[in-house]
Amino acid sequence: MSIEELKEIAKEVRKDIIRMTGLAGSGHPGGSLSSVEILVSLYFKKMKYDPGNPGWEERDRFVLSKGHAAPALYSVLSRVGFFPRDELWKLRKRGAMLQGHPSRVHTPGVEASTGSLGQGLSIANGMAISGKIYGKNYRVYVLLGDGEIEEGQVWEAAMSAHRFKLDNLCAILDNNDLQIDGTVEEIMDPYPLRDKWHAFGWHVIEVNGHEFPEILSALDEAEKVKGKPTMIIAHTVKGKGVSYMEGRKEWHGKAPQGELIERALKDLE
Amino acid sequence: MAREGTAGRTDRACIERPRVESVRTAYGETLVELGEEREDIVVLDADLSASTQTCLFAERFPDRFFNMGISEADMMGTACGIALTGKTVFASTFAIFATGRAWDQIRNSIAYARANVKIVATHGGIVTGPDGASHQALEDISLMRVIPGMRIICPADAPMTRKVVRYVASVDGPFYVRLIRPKAPVIYDDDTPFEFGRAIKLREGRDLTIFTHGFMLWRCIKAAELLEEEGISVKLFDSHTIKPVDTEAIDEAIEETGRILVVEDHSRIGGLFSAIAEEVVRRKPVPMDVIAIDDVFGESGSIDELLEFHGLTPENIKNKAKKLLER
Ligand SMILES: Cc1ncc(C[n+]2csc(CCOP(=O)(O)OP(=O)(O)O)c2C)c(N)n1
Ligand SMILES: [Mg+2]
Repeated sequence: MSIEELKEIAKEVRKDIIRMTGLAGSGHPGGSLSSVEILVSLYFKKMKYDPGNPGWEERDRFVLSKGHAAPALYSVLSRVGFFPRDELWKLRKRGAMLQGHPSRVHTPGVEASTGSLGQGLSIANGMAISGKIYGKNYRVYVLLGDGEIEEGQVWEAAMSAHRFKLDNLCAILDNNDLQIDGTVEEIMDPYPLRDKWHAFGWHVIEVNGHEFPEILSALDEAEKVKGKPTMIIAHTVKGKGVSYMEGRKEWHGKAPQGELIERALKDLE
Repeated sequence: MAREGTAGRTDRACIERPRVESVRTAYGETLVELGEEREDIVVLDADLSASTQTCLFAERFPDRFFNMGISEADMMGTACGIALTGKTVFASTFAIFATGRAWDQIRNSIAYARANVKIVATHGGIVTGPDGASHQALEDISLMRVIPGMRIICPADAPMTRKVVRYVASVDGPFYVRLIRPKAPVIYDDDTPFEFGRAIKLREGRDLTIFTHGFMLWRCIKAAELLEEEGISVKLFDSHTIKPVDTEAIDEAIEETGRILVVEDHSRIGGLFSAIAEEVVRRKPVPMDVIAIDDVFGESGSIDELLEFHGLTPENIKNKAKKLLER
């Protein structure tokens, strides 16, 4: 698939996110929009999996540790065929397949139940450890938020991924520089990110998280690293693609309504 | 032993068109008042200050507010440390993260040491709504109830919330205060007193007693009215203090009505229903029933859809009450 085609898909995924959260009347557009190119790279280019057989043992795994970006994940999962697109429009409604935050018992293709931040890297470590013990060739990917890494559990997991030499694990950090109450720098200042992850024994790569060639080459590089896990720090923009949402913390957890939906869709064209 | 008099609005106007007000804003505003009055109040939050409304305190007293980031365990430990230097500390986040993520810090650092930390958590219950199971605290009361010495209060409306926040600030040691996300119908006026550990009687009745707390109170008032229309006389208690539970009110219910229905937006395991049942079996068993969340995780949905699905509606409360009378 060409870069142009990937870009086209990313555009459609962004429109899905706006329509889904718009219809639901709630949800998290900002952090969904910032992670689109990362998810599209994984599901349309990098990972091996079988939508017809979601439980296939050899599949690569993806854990959405920042579970509130569920709309982005759901759009991608439906577009690669895990479930029909109609489900997207029932997001967050009672009885729906698509819960507000990812639930593996509700949704085919969702690998872990997340939403309580800071837990996904440990889960991914477990999948990677199991892959090593039982001689499987799958790789494990996990997407973290830059506010999320303020959770102590993330750093416990960072240590064990290094300790257990999880080179079949690749974490990606959605570094959009915003959390809920402000910029990550204002709230807890987790910088310098590269030095921290490096000090924890990880191979670290930095990319522009909206540029497919950079993301894809980083994912390839990660696969070649031996003896340690890789962290890809993806520099992103929260709310990417929707002018009134870009870089604005107000759009972390609020759905666009009415005329704002139209404006967002127009921006994305 | 019956307690004299009733309090709170149960009139038609309140039943049909209640005024609603945010308990979270009531919390934030009261924190600001306390901050003005007292130098020793310190407030912590974990990246949810706009949701919990501790942002109001943060704006007014930036030097006594700490945003701990998305680090609930660290927040509770830090709250403990500040409290151990003689300060009064409020620590806020969503109920699920306060009680679940940081349970061990609350148990071992705070409660065991009797540290002066007030855990005021918002987004309790299924009424948290569309965010779904990961964000709906249906077991927070159980988790806190089992910690020795932890006192638990769940105010039903904004006026009561103001009083509860003032009360916990005035008494030493740990408290858990559970607030909810949606605006709540206003039942009490500013003069209704809050008495810790003493349930508020809203209706006098002979046939059965309903105990409830928090968001369900208004729905229980409505249910009691529906039952009254069918000639069934209901005693109704707002059991705002869940621990220690009001044993006098329980005795009154046993002696005067002989039947008890508990209604709560919480798991049926470990909440107010359990608290009351534990007392009833030790005193004088009478038929009891419960409308709460069964042993299941929550799920996404609108508040009304979810309340309907779990039977937390006036109509269903009425039907359950009538069945209980047949036993
Ligand atoms: C344990 C936990 N604490 C708090 C929250 C509430 N919450 C949801 S998203 C969020 C901010 C996340 O910021 P970040 O990780 O930077 O995500 P992004 O910017 O990518 O949306 C918070 C505090 C949560 N979901 N889980
Ligand atoms: Mg962020």
